[in-house]
Amino acid sequence: MFSRAYRAAITIPPLVWVAVFLLTPYVLMFCYSFWSVSPEQAILHQWNLNNYRELAQKSVYPETLFRSMWIAARVTVLALLLGYPLAYYLSFRAGKRKDLLYQLVIIPLWVSYLVRAYAWKTILGSDGVLNTLFEYVHITKHPLEFLLYSAFAVVLTLTHIYTPFTFLPIYASLEHIPRNLVEASYDLGASPAQTFWRVIFPLSIPGVLAGATFAFVLSLGDFLAPLLLGGPSGIMISNIVVSLFGAAYNWPLGAAISLCMLVLVVGLLFLAERLERRWSFS
Amino acid sequence: MREPLEGSRWLLLHALVVFCFLYLPIMVLILYSFNGQGVGGFPPRNLTLDWYRTLLGDGAIWNSVLNSLMVAFAAMAISLALGIPAALALDRAYFPGKALFRRLVLLPLILPGIITGLSLLMLFRQTDTKLSLVTVILGHGTALISVATTELFAGLQKLERAQEEASLDLGANYWQTFWRVTMPNLRLPIIGAALLIFTLSMDEIAVSFFLIGRDNTLPLEIWGRLRRGITPEINAISSIIFFFSLTAIVSWYRLRTRAQGQPEIATELVEAAAQGIS
Repeated sequence: MFSRAYRAAITIPPLVWVAVFLLTPYVLMFCYSFWSVSPEQAILHQWNLNNYRELAQKSVYPETLFRSMWIAARVTVLALLLGYPLAYYLSFRAGKRKDLLYQLVIIPLWVSYLVRAYAWKTILGSDGVLNTLFEYVHITKHPLEFLLYSAFAVVLTLTHIYTPFTFLPIYASLEHIPRNLVEASYDLGASPAQTFWRVIFPLSIPGVLAGATFAFVLSLGDFLAPLLLGGPSGIMISNIVVSLFGAAYNWPLGAAISLCMLVLVVGLLFLAERLERRWSFS
Repeated sequence: MREPLEGSRWLLLHALVVFCFLYLPIMVLILYSFNGQGVGGFPPRNLTLDWYRTLLGDGAIWNSVLNSLMVAFAAMAISLALGIPAALALDRAYFPGKALFRRLVLLPLILPGIITGLSLLMLFRQTDTKLSLVTVILGHGTALISVATTELFAGLQKLERAQEEASLDLGANYWQTFWRVTMPNLRLPIIGAALLIFTLSMDEIAVSFFLIGRDNTLPLEIWGRLRRGITPEINAISSIIFFFSLTAIVSWYRLRTRAQGQPEIATELVEAAAQGIS
């Protein structure tokens, strides 16, 4: 139906842009990771594996990566525990209030990420809202120090930020479940618990996978919440990358870590896609 | 439908707890923007509008707001100018590398911002481009093509192709058909995508963090101040921005509900992100 000129007009500009501003930068990141820095802080374009060797040999890198994955895993589980029952409630039980409640879940997404992290900082700090409230009602005499500058603060903040992201695909998948399947299950004598575990939950697995992937991948790469609320025990892998690109000035090593993250993330997305296909019913 | 009511109470309670958790920081943020005693401390004391007054006279903040608005408009223009053809191409054209193209375009939607930001930083360094608001605009524009493409692709899929075919049969050329039939039909998805891109760009920090030159955007200005020590002035500007985005979003819901009776925003985005890229 379309002429050659029209096809060229709609395909070439986006293709060129994507090649220049997305593909080339990824390729550059790949190249940088095999280069090195001279003592005079110039980038040496000599291909070698030293960056990757250093990543494997110094324990701080794998340790920080595993800590980041552990933080991201906790965020994912918490976001699912908060998001799934909420999505289920909205989709199956909320009745007329459904649309309003849906908007209420979305609205916090319009408060900037940074501002929400900052708000948690003012709540959790040693003279923050929570500690002064505890002292005011005489629960504690001294501020609880573990609240801020800890992995706990990072997990709490990231859970707050990614719960709506986890909720959305789960809600979408629950909304797509044909209601007559649920009715059929009840009519055939299944209990509510059986109906949930044998009919509803299996059909919502693609949404759960998508939501979990969002929460895990996005919190894994976060560096602002750890900088703001993390303290020494909340340092994540991206913080190391940021310092390598800043004060520590070792772009090639930073690029090597970023590339590892990129490969990890793309691998996870691939895995999630395979699993989703397996569980989708349409 | 025969709905079991047992368990409903627990689900309702759970929903209430989640909503409290989601809204607690926002409430605290707004409340303490009126607090005379600083950002923390219970109970709030000496309620005052002083922080808003300080904010009004704070040139650096308003400068950064202007910069952010400029970046957001420019990023919106770029991502729509490329997102509309990209969505058309994905919907209607076959070309070599289509699957790879689709994945590449959508990747910034799910990748942590640090990877998009750093890879572009390397590109700009390799080409000796000086970091400035222009590089931030290029970064936002590139990252947000993903949003424009998914929103418009979803819009195109719902469109009746017959109208365009009729237009072509009646002798209009492709160009005329595009401007007189396709674009008017895509009006709502375009407005929706534009709003979404605008808000996301105003809030963006991870990509801007690496691409910024000397002029700050608002989130980076706030970031700089957070490290120097914090006052409720930050609560004040954040509350104002929040009410602006809220107004924009509510008016968008109204518009869309009136047009289609379907008030959900960003679901296409999330679904596409969940299914398309991964």
